[in-house]
Amino acid sequence: MISFSEIETTIKRATRSVGFSWGIAEEVGKNIRLLEMFGLPGVKNINQYFKIYNAEKFEDINVFSKSNISKKHYCPIKAGVNFFDQSSTISDFGQLEIINLAFPLLFIPFASRASEIIGKRIFLKMENKEFLFNFNQSIYSNYLSGDIVEKSEKMNLQFLENKNSFSESEWSELYKISENTFVEESEESKQKAAGAGLTDND
Amino acid sequence: MNIQLRDPKNLMKLSKLGSFHQSKLSFLRSFLNEFKDWEYKRDLFELNEKGYGRAVYSFSKEKKTYSLVCFANEISDEERSDRVIATKWDAAFALHDGIPTKEDLERLAFNVPMQEVGRLSYKELTLSRANKSVRIFDHVVDSLSKGNQPNIELISKVGYLYRTTAVYGSGKFGLADRFRIKNREEIYGPFRLEMMLVYLVRQFTFDQVNHIARQKNPNTAVELDLNICRNLGIGNSTGLGMAPFIVNHPILLNNWILARETALKKIREIESATKEELNIFKQCLVRSLKNVTNWNTDSKFQNKKIRQLTEDLEKFIKFLNEDFSFENTFPFNKIYIWAEENVGDECIEYIVSMMMEPYDKIVNPLTHKMSSEEDQHFNIPINRTIEDLRNILEKKYSEILKIDFKKKENNQNFWFISKNKEEPRVADRYEINGSELEQPLAIARDIKKLYETIFTQKNSLKIGKFLTNNNNLRHVVRRAFITEKFPYAEIQDNTIGSQLVPIDMLRLKLSFFGAIKFDPKSDKWLRICMFQGAPLPTDLKSFDNHWIYNSIN
Repeated sequence: MISFSEIETTIKRATRSVGFSWGIAEEVGKNIRLLEMFGLPGVKNINQYFKIYNAEKFEDINVFSKSNISKKHYCPIKAGVNFFDQSSTISDFGQLEIINLAFPLLFIPFASRASEIIGKRIFLKMENKEFLFNFNQSIYSNYLSGDIVEKSEKMNLQFLENKNSFSESEWSELYKISENTFVEESEESKQKAAGAGLTDND
Repeated sequence: MNIQLRDPKNLMKLSKLGSFHQSKLSFLRSFLNEFKDWEYKRDLFELNEKGYGRAVYSFSKEKKTYSLVCFANEISDEERSDRVIATKWDAAFALHDGIPTKEDLERLAFNVPMQEVGRLSYKELTLSRANKSVRIFDHVVDSLSKGNQPNIELISKVGYLYRTTAVYGSGKFGLADRFRIKNREEIYGPFRLEMMLVYLVRQFTFDQVNHIARQKNPNTAVELDLNICRNLGIGNSTGLGMAPFIVNHPILLNNWILARETALKKIREIESATKEELNIFKQCLVRSLKNVTNWNTDSKFQNKKIRQLTEDLEKFIKFLNEDFSFENTFPFNKIYIWAEENVGDECIEYIVSMMMEPYDKIVNPLTHKMSSEEDQHFNIPINRTIEDLRNILEKKYSEILKIDFKKKENNQNFWFISKNKEEPRVADRYEINGSELEQPLAIARDIKKLYETIFTQKNSLKIGKFLTNNNNLRHVVRRAFITEKFPYAEIQDNTIGSQLVPIDMLRLKLSFFGAIKFDPKSDKWLRICMFQGAPLPTDLKSFDNHWIYNSIN
């Protein structure tokens, strides 16, 4: 079995060798390691992408807008790096779309890491595949195949507001149960507790 | 008294880092402290009359076991080489996580002797190989088989029966990734498992010579004297493979140096030392001198340093005996200040190591702070500004910004990975082809380039936006923000200049390992000795913490 450390080092070198800078190569090495740790086919997809990378021309998304459309396919690495670098401003859009992204699984770790940086969950949908990025702690997905995904015609990304997954009444009910660990305080104890003997004017 | 930590701009120069010595913080010493109450066993010893075969040694505690699996092989003298390009070795080793099954042993017997071309599994933690010291191995076996102990003088000169040529860990060749084991308390210190492997290999070398001698002449053979064993270590040949490691692990480098500097600071802040503490300091100093006087090397570079160290130590001892009173307040601070003013870097750093000897309370807690989580600091803070970055560069890299990279000599070398062995190498960029494939280890040059690039950028520009058009500098932007938080993360020197002495980088790392007797064979590789003077596994329940100065040599 190839270790994650070997995956990271080899991908870093391979990324540099096809023409990316060392700084980006470091990012991609970490990303593929992350994909493989989360059980997604990172090595397979990047291997296929690098086979065609220099033969085919890919577009860059330098500055993200709400709608990013290209007739040619976008490069998932350059798009991913810029998405990560601009994530705090992009998140103000609430949601955005990318039309025609090559090898979209390679974009996924950038979105997962961006979720951690901006402190918001990100929901990604492309065709029938859905991914929920939870602050880079986990990726929830309905996609379990280990296949190569060569392109996404339409990818939607949604920055989810931080809100609870439960109602206030559900929380109150639970809080009430937790109160059963508290002990009723005696009058004497109340009078001797922190701040006792002082007035609010002290 | 509040003593400041030493300034990274001076301390992190390569010539200074290349003067570091082992200390109480060293990994092989902290390894022995951690494992002293583990149960040591020789579980399997199946060698033939010539000493070839397999053996298993283990350390166990409660439900945990680490097992060293050894394979001793027959090779011809012509096949024996310390070069990393070698393909056969006298012995090969893997540290297995747990007790190996019969199937594990069969799998390892096939893969371990092949080293880099074999494949290990997540159940193996470290991998190594070693060659016999031709100078003494046969002599020791012959002497023992005839009922005699070997020639002490010869043994002292060499210092080991076997010399390792690489010790691999952390996911290499399929070994367990660090994340699988990093939360184990007993190995929460850098290179613990590499140290364990080397330590158990040392015991194997003693068992092997005893076994061969007995097989050779069962009627007369005697076992190698235990005191001689204790004074033998394991040799190691180390090349440039180690050098990029300290550049590629900036936070780890910081944590090692910071531990050393914190210890020094706290010791200098001690107002008065007890009699016992002073005795330990003086005794260790005197006993350690043997490690300097018996430091043999043919290297002119190292011999010059040893001569200077010897002279400086004489000067220091004279000062202690004639002009210094330990009744002084803050005695170690006064010693340190005297050293800064009167002796060279080799001696200053030697004294710093000695000053740690009496202070378990200060040093031991620091050994647990010498690991790192590099990944936690990987993300570039995209919302910071160019002004922040400029301030960091001017504050943390001021020495580096003075280097003129338009001068040929400051750009002389480049680091690359060799195609035939996948090992780091350094070469003259004006003579050797391949500098377009340079590794990102010219940090000083790239930091300077970053500084020049941001010169014309708006202060308020966000880093994320700056990177859109400057991803060629992404790797050094990341480093700058790491160095902001970790003062000793960066070598404050030019790693590609014509004056570069790569073995300074190796020496730094090896001093933290706890190696002694650095013996440079060129400016690109050296030999060292590890565990010389160390207690044997059967001594571990009770041993002298200052064993490194026990050498009889």
